[in-house]
Amino acid sequence: MSETRYTDQHEWISLEGDEATVGITRFATEQLGDVVFVDVPEVGKSFAKGAEAAVVESVKAASEVYAPVAGTVTAGNYALGDDPSLVNADPEGAGWFFKLKLANKAEFDALMTKESYQEFAKGH
Amino acid sequence: MTTETLLRTPLYALHVELGAKLVPFAGYEMPVQYPAGVLKEHLHTREKAGLFDVSHMGQAFLSGTDPARSLEKLAPSDFTGLKEGRQRYGLLLNDEGGIKDDFMLSRLAGEAALYLVVNASMKDSDFAYIAKRLAGEVTVEPRPDRALLALQGPSAGAVLEKLSPGIDALSFMQVRRATVAGVEAIVSRTGYTGEDGFEISIAGEDAEKLARALLADPEVMPIGLGARDSLRLEAGLCLYGHDIDESTDPAEANLVWAIGKRRKLEKGFPAADKIMAGVLNGTARKRVGIRPEGRAPAREGTEIADKSGRVIGQITSGGFGPSLNAPIAMGYVEAAFAADGTEIDLIVRGKALPARIAPMPFVPNRYKRGTAL
Repeated sequence: MSETRYTDQHEWISLEGDEATVGITRFATEQLGDVVFVDVPEVGKSFAKGAEAAVVESVKAASEVYAPVAGTVTAGNYALGDDPSLVNADPEGAGWFFKLKLANKAEFDALMTKESYQEFAKGH
Repeated sequence: MTTETLLRTPLYALHVELGAKLVPFAGYEMPVQYPAGVLKEHLHTREKAGLFDVSHMGQAFLSGTDPARSLEKLAPSDFTGLKEGRQRYGLLLNDEGGIKDDFMLSRLAGEAALYLVVNASMKDSDFAYIAKRLAGEVTVEPRPDRALLALQGPSAGAVLEKLSPGIDALSFMQVRRATVAGVEAIVSRTGYTGEDGFEISIAGEDAEKLARALLADPEVMPIGLGARDSLRLEAGLCLYGHDIDESTDPAEANLVWAIGKRRKLEKGFPAADKIMAGVLNGTARKRVGIRPEGRAPAREGTEIADKSGRVIGQITSGGFGPSLNAPIAMGYVEAAFAADGTEIDLIVRGKALPARIAPMPFVPNRYKRGTAL
């Protein structure tokens, strides 16, 4: 059973065991518009919490995707390289960005729940 | 958020009704996209027809003894040679030959006053500059009461013909007064997308009626500023304030075609000797098209380097070309690197991304050329 949390940078992170999948929320894709390019990190890269981990570009602008928690990359969604539109079509499914092995689960627990994120996104 | 009050075009309520995302642009609250999104809007314009609200642009009439001859003091185009029913592209120059703005000038049949359209962000400055520099010769009559719609795309001719029988006979860069959907209009066969199409000037109070009549055609979709930008970039057209400004002159901006043949010999426009020296002997830098090799777009401000890492220029417009399904850009490079096919690097997020100088337009123009131009 996976558990999902959200960041104030409009990322979602879904945890199963000690591996988490990271992507951007539907709200983020609606703000960005049509995604045309995604740069996902290579397997084995380590990130501190809040480090720049991936790049997403829409027709309008480039945005950074930050590591919501510290960890080491275990997989990247390289399919997005050929078909970045997956991010718009299914942001919280097939449009995932990368998977991380968590360094510290407490960082995950401290992130927003779905309910608090929905409240947060309303104010934006 | 800024505290300045944003202006609204006569189509503001319609944009809201259509679900547009509105953003501040040149002091106006303008639609950047509609619910379809930039990609679909862009592709629809290339395939059928798109309707753009460009009422924020500056419209004016210039009158005087010979306003065309007077305006030649500030611009290098051949305006005295502009025939009735024709429109011409112009560059408003400062005394150093820098580009203050680019514009369209029309000579309507049987009318003494010339009809001028300039960029939204520059209109107040342009009108004041022309009035001051041509004081006693030319009277500038700004027409903020008028709206401007652009209908662009391969279906534009057929769509407009239904609302204004006979209008499809106009060819590229021709202009005339016409009644469209019962509304008095100035119609020119021009645009900013590289496609066939029209710009239609009407009284502000008629704008919504005409826009609704055009949108009622199943071929027509409303298009925001986002797609307007990607369409013009694919067409290799300059965006004022980005690709050209007061620090660039017509020669380095690769706009030599906007200097009239007669003017090249007679000169008599600002900094003519300097500009013509650039035309004849080349300039230190040149505006070029750029195709990045990967999928990553390189945005405005990106540094351009040669293969040894030395910075040789900068991107002035860059993004994604939906019709090419690839990133495209334009910018300025040192003249030695301006030839098509030259390999360069674009420094994006600290990484050197390989790219090549490429010919423009990136997407072939599809203007409706007349038989005798």
